[in-house]
Amino acid sequence: MTGAAPLQLQWAAFNRDNIARVALWLLVLLVAAALAAPLLSPQNPYDLAQLDIMDARQAPGTVAGAGYKLWLGSDDQGRDMLSAILHGLRISLAVAGIATVIAMGIGLVAGLTAARAGGWIDLALMRLADLQLSFPSILVALILLALTGQGLDRIIVALVVVQWAYYARTVRAAAITELKREYIEAAVCAGVRPLRLLWRHLLPNIMPPLMVVGTVQMAQAVALEATLSFLGLGLPITEPSLGLLIANGYTHLLSGKYWISFFPGLALLALIVTLNLVGDRLRDVFDPRSR
Amino acid sequence: MLTYALRRLLWSAATLWLMSLLVFAGVHAIGDPVALLISPQADQAEIARATALLGLDQPLWRQYLLFFSGALSGDLGLSFVASVPAIHLILERLPATLELALVAMLIAVGLGIPLGLYAGLRPRSWPARAVMALSTLGFALPTFWVGLMLILVFAVQLGLLPSTGRGATVEIGGIGWSLFTVDGLRHLLLPALTLALFKLGLLIRLTRAGTREALGLDYTRFARAKGLAETAVLRRHVLPNILIPVVTVAALEFGSLIAFAIVTETVFAWPGMGKLLIESINLLDRPVIVAYLLVTITLFIAINLLADLLHALLDPRLRPGGTI
Repeated sequence: MTGAAPLQLQWAAFNRDNIARVALWLLVLLVAAALAAPLLSPQNPYDLAQLDIMDARQAPGTVAGAGYKLWLGSDDQGRDMLSAILHGLRISLAVAGIATVIAMGIGLVAGLTAARAGGWIDLALMRLADLQLSFPSILVALILLALTGQGLDRIIVALVVVQWAYYARTVRAAAITELKREYIEAAVCAGVRPLRLLWRHLLPNIMPPLMVVGTVQMAQAVALEATLSFLGLGLPITEPSLGLLIANGYTHLLSGKYWISFFPGLALLALIVTLNLVGDRLRDVFDPRSR
Repeated sequence: MLTYALRRLLWSAATLWLMSLLVFAGVHAIGDPVALLISPQADQAEIARATALLGLDQPLWRQYLLFFSGALSGDLGLSFVASVPAIHLILERLPATLELALVAMLIAVGLGIPLGLYAGLRPRSWPARAVMALSTLGFALPTFWVGLMLILVFAVQLGLLPSTGRGATVEIGGIGWSLFTVDGLRHLLLPALTLALFKLGLLIRLTRAGTREALGLDYTRFARAKGLAETAVLRRHVLPNILIPVVTVAALEFGSLIAFAIVTETVFAWPGMGKLLIESINLLDRPVIVAYLLVTITLFIAINLLADLLHALLDPRLRPGGTI
């Protein structure tokens, strides 16, 4: 492998683990299914005109009145569960994805500021992060939602508030180590401007730990959003994420109609577990100590 | 040690005060409680009277002082819905939550330490890999999902255990316990297991990492070199050293069990204060929400303080200024 770029080497290292490779492909498949949800699903689950109450609570495999097969059954309004899950996956991924990107951005700025400025700014930022991380994320998110009310924007804000501190800590720790390295010193001596130094020299070296934390935290964001929606405090009923679908089926679970909760739960499980497996493998690949 | 304890105590008090300020500010940010409390047909005089009665005509700093002194004496206002002191509602439900969290922690510690020890001793064996997979799942899976699956398997499909609610309780020391009745235990098992899974994953990892580290250290090698039996090495040298961080983390994590009980209690209709919180949020019963937050935050800070002191007590190296 002489002459191969570092990225190629890391990609090869990632692929050496079979479980991680399968997880990555499954994750790609899930994201693709979420993106293509309107094309793949037999019905638009939120167009009330397409719902037929005669199709309500059908077991998996039943043929609906409109002619297509309800592969995963239907809920109490006659909604095809497969269509609902594909759309739910889309909402879950979008909410967690947007929150992760914003939290990562805030964490990056806060972490770099803390690492560069040092002194009381560093102390204040890290104290704030410590204080927040000493409370469980579910409690912080619940308090925020109890105070601000429901809504798509509110839950994204809650997820960002809960997660920025993880990124800030990671970035700060990585930046402090990197800033002491000789390549930074050399770049400073060569007269590289601060912004270019940050963008071309520092950031690429902070990316690996950030990506690891980002993947695992994205899984946490998906789980937290699902939990909050399950509790009825997350997304409104007009934006049914996987958590809300599971909550809807909960009452039917006890009467034996397992599919209304079970299949959305399976999709949620697949999403969270694949994200975690990919994140764990990335950590192994990027961190030479754990090899 | 004393200065360390005092400093920690001061930091805890400061955190608690900061939190009370945040809760107060948050509660005032959501809107005017008068609008919620009195009928829409009320005239101007009635609104003024209600505002005065609630102390809302005072300047904000006076309101905060009133709130703060009320909170210190345990008076957090009446529940909008039940018209009884909010703090009573919370304290009434506290034993059920504490019992659930306690049993969950016992399950996590009782299973996590032996499993973690095994996984650390034979890291390449297949049972150890299964244990690590269980630990990963325990970390990753959302609590409510685990609860639903347990209900589906053990209550709906197999019909072995009740799905929801709290069973019969026995009054001991003025508090109802379900630990001491068969019915109570049957109701307790599934929610406690659900709540325990996350901490189980954590304790398995901690114990495994600690065991693997301890096995490579000099004191273990010397113990083996002088001919001690493997069990004696484990019992006398490895275990005491890995128990320090494990016990501290278990103590520290007890607070988060109380927070995660919100989800478990809702899934299993367990009548604890977490379920009450969700009901109160849905009914906009503000005094109960505030009471829950202050009680939980106080519990949390007290637990963090105790865990830190316990850790310093167990491990002299961590005492600031302490020597090895």
